[in-house]
Amino acid sequence: MWQALYEELGDRGFVVIAVAMDSREGDPLPWIEAARPTYPTPIDREHRLAELYGIVNVPQAVWIDEAGRIVRPAEPAGAYEGFRRMNRATREMPEDVARLTAQAKATYLDAIRDWVRAGDRSEHAFTAEQARAHLPAVTADVVTAQSMFRLGQFLLAHGESAEGQRWIREASRLQPDSWCIWRQGAGVNDTGLAALPDFWERVDALGAARYYAPVDMKGMP
Amino acid sequence: MVTLLTDAGEFTVPGAPASMTTLWCPARDAEAATGWVAKPEGLCRGPVCVPLPAGREREFVDGGRVDLAALWRHLGQPVVHSDRGHVWVLAQSARDRAAALASLEAPDFALPDPTGRVHRLSDHRGKKVLLVTWASW
Repeated sequence: MWQALYEELGDRGFVVIAVAMDSREGDPLPWIEAARPTYPTPIDREHRLAELYGIVNVPQAVWIDEAGRIVRPAEPAGAYEGFRRMNRATREMPEDVARLTAQAKATYLDAIRDWVRAGDRSEHAFTAEQARAHLPAVTADVVTAQSMFRLGQFLLAHGESAEGQRWIREASRLQPDSWCIWRQGAGVNDTGLAALPDFWERVDALGAARYYAPVDMKGMP
Repeated sequence: MVTLLTDAGEFTVPGAPASMTTLWCPARDAEAATGWVAKPEGLCRGPVCVPLPAGREREFVDGGRVDLAALWRHLGQPVVHSDRGHVWVLAQSARDRAAALASLEAPDFALPDPTGRVHRLSDHRGKKVLLVTWASW
């Protein structure tokens, strides 16, 4: 998805930086090899971007202009939570899910194209006031949770698993709306996804709330 | 020996004893990891100086060492450490982080790719950047 966009817009002063929020070093490698990206693909083991930009889920993206100004703060990047409506026995999706998924992706990509073409005249480029109104809330609990996550990851990477995992659980308790923290700390299934029964329980507990926060963009489902 | 995790990165401080209450670091290490320096007017970072509470100066600065834990708590910033006190995370307060975001100046970062090459947001100044996250999980 990002490679095609980068190939299309890369010569118009646009770059993609696709950051893997992966704490176990080897995990993202097969994905990066398969995507053959020509844009930067750094790995953020300690989820520093969560602290710096308020990232709580993937895929989330931030638009940053030529002067280094945040044009659109962290928000879901063309994602639709169709997986919540999957038949979990047969893995079948309701018919309209594919359409809504495609709509979310196309709407988001078209918005990026418009921004790259028109800059701050694009209807999708927030004014400073709008951008500030869309910033994620930073609370004392959130910054403490990020510190605990960073500590936990450091301990895990240095062989202190039990204590490391405890800090990550504690971080998730303090910042429950971060799927990045929860899923990084959760067990994974045979395809490497943090989608064991405890994931589905947590998703079901959302009820009417969204898994991907709503995106303030015309045409976005 | 203590490992410090700060906004500036990861720092190993051999001269700091592991403790669960204090974080006494040689002044040079404290400055490298946090930017804070002891001066006659108090503890300073760039142009900002914080006077130390009268009569309690020794709780913060003593014989060429700085207790970064005491400073961080004094500043109301989050301090988290491992059970043994050998790893400490010193982060910005929620207020400072929120103010930084509200400036809309995109914070820089330095993250390595699988080949070890370090990528910074500031490498791409002059271009529009889609900073997008993903994960294998």
